[in-house]
Amino acid sequence: MQLDLDIHKTLRSGRRAFDLQVSLRSDSQRLVILGPSGAGKSLLLKAIAGLMTPEQGHVRLGGCTLFDSAARINMAPQRRRMAYLFQDYALFPHLNVRQNIAFGLRRGWLNPPRRTDHAAVEHWLDAFELRAVAEQYPAELSGGQRQRTALARALIAEPRALLLDEPFAALDAHLRRHMRAELDTLQRRLQVPMLLISHDPEDAEAFGDQVLYLDNGRLTSAVG
Amino acid sequence: MDAVWPALILSLKVAGWATAITLLLGVAVGYLLARARFPGRDLLDTLLTLPMVMPPTVLGYYLLVLLGRQSAFGAWLQDTFGINLIFTWQGAVIAASVVAFPLVFKPARAAFEAVDGQLEQAARVLGVSEAGVFFRVTLPLAWRGIMTGVLLGFARALGEFGATLMVAGSIPGKTQTLSIAVYEAVQAGQDDTANLLVLITSALCITVLLLAGRLAPGRIANR
Repeated sequence: MQLDLDIHKTLRSGRRAFDLQVSLRSDSQRLVILGPSGAGKSLLLKAIAGLMTPEQGHVRLGGCTLFDSAARINMAPQRRRMAYLFQDYALFPHLNVRQNIAFGLRRGWLNPPRRTDHAAVEHWLDAFELRAVAEQYPAELSGGQRQRTALARALIAEPRALLLDEPFAALDAHLRRHMRAELDTLQRRLQVPMLLISHDPEDAEAFGDQVLYLDNGRLTSAVG
Repeated sequence: MDAVWPALILSLKVAGWATAITLLLGVAVGYLLARARFPGRDLLDTLLTLPMVMPPTVLGYYLLVLLGRQSAFGAWLQDTFGINLIFTWQGAVIAASVVAFPLVFKPARAAFEAVDGQLEQAARVLGVSEAGVFFRVTLPLAWRGIMTGVLLGFARALGEFGATLMVAGSIPGKTQTLSIAVYEAVQAGQDDTANLLVLITSALCITVLLLAGRLAPGRIANR
């Protein structure tokens, strides 16, 4: 995906300080970053999405500079066109599946109507077998349906890259295997570059064209 | 008995305006206190909460001093716009707003603080502007908490007595609200009028509390 990233960020909470210092280049379409919880993986993902501003460094993706402290470039998250899958999916609880998927298609101050019909929404409802639950709310969905809704919502705007934060951690073992296979097929079909962070080595086995290890804010080793 | 209907209508008018004002200001201030970090934030919260604990007569006195023609602000209002708020129903609206304000902005602040920040981040990544994030995610998720406060504020504004009497007086048909009319009726020995006024006020307050109970957080179905 031609990711070129070099960032530095210090977080302080009370007397403890956490230092994230990561420098990496990758041309891989499927990059997995492994590490224990608290290693700074989510922070790294947020820096790429624009949800966290590093103190120093740059983030370039596919030839486009998203952030560069020296050149004073800091693109707003709204303009970065990233698909971000949050660990617990962050579906909007007050909107149904259809509205959640259509959320990013509609600009302005109003949410999409309950019975919004948009060709792209219909496409994703069918592609992810969500048509039967299209009028239901996130609280009424199963874990797999929630994840598919979140994926559809993120992918509908044809993003530059897909960022996944522990996508399978909330699922049981059986569903985890199933969703891994589903994501694998989907990524091959869409050819969208993806960066997945996880603590689970099985995710690296399934998706890692390239696997990096992050520990305590530093990349420790790389296995090609 | 003639005093009953004008007093009821005036009370609803004053409480309605006070509710509209506290809703707008309460949402803005509640959001600011929930999200912004600035020096003096706790002090501001405390000052705005004062009307909840101070005697309404003291508040009324403050307002008299602030809005009266002797004060710089009151004189400026009078000279620039020809506005005099003392002994008018608009003055009663201001008194009711000040008294009801803490009941509105406190729950609004709590409701905004309870909104999951990750949902707002998700909306940003999906390309929605900051204003869009507020109106499409933050406000709808905080709405029930805000409305609970607004209904309590409405009930409080409806029952306002002390501050209103100080600022607006008790002019029948002009500034004499329900709660003040009750007092006047009892003073004048008009028990029938007093009984009717008390019944109307009680019924109104029970209705408002029932509505507030329906909206209370914890009944949210979609989470």
